[in-house]
Amino acid sequence: MSAIIAPDAGAGPRRPVRAASVLQRLLRRPPAVFGLLVIVLTVLAAVFAPLVTPYDPGEQFFEGLTLEGAPLPPNGQFLFGTDLLGRDLLSRLVYGAQTSLVIGVVANGVAVLIGALVGITAGYFRGLVGAVLMRFTDLMMSFPALLLAIVLAAIFKPSLWIVAMVIAMVNWVQVARVLYTETRSLAEREFIQAERSLGAGPGLILWRHVLPHLLSTIVVWATLGISTTVLLEATLSFLGIGVQPPTPSWGNIIFENQTYFASAPWLVFIPGAAIILLALAFNFVGDALRDILDPTQQGRGN
Amino acid sequence: MTGYVIRRLGQAVLILFGISLVTFVLLYLVPADPARQIAGRSATAETVENIRNQLGLNLPFYEQYWRYLQALLRGDLGRSYLQKTEVSALIASRLPASLLLMAGAIACELAIGLAMGMLAAVRRGSFLDNSLMIAAFVGVSAPQFVIGILLLYVFAVQLGWFPIGGYGTFHHLVLPSLTLGLLGSGWYARMMRSSMLDVLRQDYIRTAHAKGLRGRKVLFRHALPNAILPIIAMIGIDIGMFMSGIVVVESVFGWPGIGQLAWQAIQRIDIPIIMGVTLVSACAIVLGNLLADLVAPLIDPRIKLR
Repeated sequence: MSAIIAPDAGAGPRRPVRAASVLQRLLRRPPAVFGLLVIVLTVLAAVFAPLVTPYDPGEQFFEGLTLEGAPLPPNGQFLFGTDLLGRDLLSRLVYGAQTSLVIGVVANGVAVLIGALVGITAGYFRGLVGAVLMRFTDLMMSFPALLLAIVLAAIFKPSLWIVAMVIAMVNWVQVARVLYTETRSLAEREFIQAERSLGAGPGLILWRHVLPHLLSTIVVWATLGISTTVLLEATLSFLGIGVQPPTPSWGNIIFENQTYFASAPWLVFIPGAAIILLALAFNFVGDALRDILDPTQQGRGN
Repeated sequence: MTGYVIRRLGQAVLILFGISLVTFVLLYLVPADPARQIAGRSATAETVENIRNQLGLNLPFYEQYWRYLQALLRGDLGRSYLQKTEVSALIASRLPASLLLMAGAIACELAIGLAMGMLAAVRRGSFLDNSLMIAAFVGVSAPQFVIGILLLYVFAVQLGWFPIGGYGTFHHLVLPSLTLGLLGSGWYARMMRSSMLDVLRQDYIRTAHAKGLRGRKVLFRHALPNAILPIIAMIGIDIGMFMSGIVVVESVFGWPGIGQLAWQAIQRIDIPIIMGVTLVSACAIVLGNLLADLVAPLIDPRIKLR
C-alpha cells in the first residue's frame, strides 16, 4: 500500500502524502475505522476460509433439514441456519466472501486500469485520439449500465472471471472521466510545461510527473469502485447470470433461496446484510480517503 | 441557447447511433441461432435456412446493420423473434408502467432525501446529523434486490399493508417506488445537506436573522428555496440510475414494465427486444442529461451554457 500512495518525493508543487499519515488520519474517523475493520475481517475470513468455517460449504447435511425437508433457522449447530439443500449457511457465506473480494479487486482493478489509460491518454494528448476516446466514454455513459452488464453476462457463459470482466467493461467509464479532467488541467501547469521544454518525452512526463499527482484520485476511486463492483456482482448473481452455483457467492445464495423468503427469511437477509456491510465498508473508507487525500475534489453529494 | 440545444441534440443523435452500433455488434456475437429458435427444435434444416434468409441473417454484418438502421429511421424497431409482435408496440404497452414507477421513485427519493439532508444541515455536527449521514451511506450501499425483498417481507408478508407484487392500484406502487428511490435518496440527502450548509453560511441569511426573523421562517422562506433548486435540477441525471434499477425492481415485484420486458427477452435471447429496450433507455438517459443541463442555468443564472 505504501508504494501506491507515496509519490516520488519532490515530483511537483503539492506535498506528497505519506501512507503512514493517511492511515493515521483514517483511524481518527469512526466510520473509516469501522470500514477498515469490516474489510480486514472479511479478508481474513476469506483467506482462511477452510480454517474458520465449521463445515464444508457444499456438504448437504441430513440433519440440516427438518423432517418435512425445510431449512433450519439459525441454531446452536448451524449458527446462521441451513439453506434449502441442508447446507451450512455460515460456511457458504465465508466462501462467498472469497468470490466477492476476488471479483471486487480484480474487476475494479481492471476497470481502474482501463479508465486510467483512456482518461490520461485523452487528457494529455488531446487532439484526435483524445476526442475519439472521450466521445466513446460519453457513449458508454449513456448506456444503461446494468442492462449492458446483463446482456454481456448472458452472451458469455458466466464464470468468475467472465463476471469480473463484464463488470470491468461497465465500470471504467467514471474513472476515465475524472482522470481526463485532472490530466487536462495538470498538462497545462507550469512544471509540466517546463519539463516539456527541457526535452522530456511524454512517457517520462506521464510516469514521473503526471501519474504521481493522479495517485490520490486513483486510490479514492479504486476504493469506492470496489463497493460498486460488489453490488454489481451480487445483482448479476441474484439474477442468475453472475457467479454460477455450486460456487457460493452472496448474490447467488439469495438467488437460490429467494422464493422461500417468507418462510426462511434468514436465507435472504443474512447474505443481504453481508453485501450491505462490505459495500458500506468500502464506501466509508473511500469517502474518508477522498476527504484526506484531496480536499478540493468533491464527489457527488459532498 | 438555441445553438447550444441544437448542438447537444446533434451530439445526442451521434451517441444514439453509436449505441445502436455497439449493441448490434454485441448481439451479432451472440452464439445462439435465432432462426433455430423461431423454427423450433424439430424443424428441418431447410426451414431454418429459409427463416434465416427471410430475416437476412445470412447477409454480411454491415448489410444487416444497414438494414436495421434504415428500419430504425422509419421508426421500425423490428419484430420480436418469439412473440411475433412489433417491438415498438411491445415497448409502448410496457412504458407507462415503468414511467409510473419512476415517477413514484422520484417522489420517494426527493421526499426522503431532502428531508434527511435538511434535518442534518440544521442540526449540523449533532448525533442526529451523524446518524442521518450514516443512514444515507447505507442507502447507497444496499443492493436494490435486498431492499425490495426486505420491504416485501416486512410490509407485505408480516404486516400485510401492501400486496406482495403486481400492478394496478396505488397500493401496488408504494413498495416498488420506495425500493427504486431509496438509492437516490441517499445521494440526495448528502447533496441537500451540503447545499443547505452552503446557503446557511451566506450573508443574506445572517441579515435575515439580524432583522429579527424567526429561525423557522428564515429556514423555510429564505434558505430552502435556494438550497433546493440546484438539487431539483439534477433529477434528469437520475434517469440513468433508474434505467438500470428497473430491471431488478420490476423482476422482484413482478411489475409489468420495460425492465421486465428486457429481462425476459435477455433470458430468451430475443434480440430485437433487447436492442429496442436498450435504445429507448439510452434515449431517455441522453434526454435526461440534456434536460438537467438546460434547467441548471434557468435556476442559477451564474451557470453559463457553452
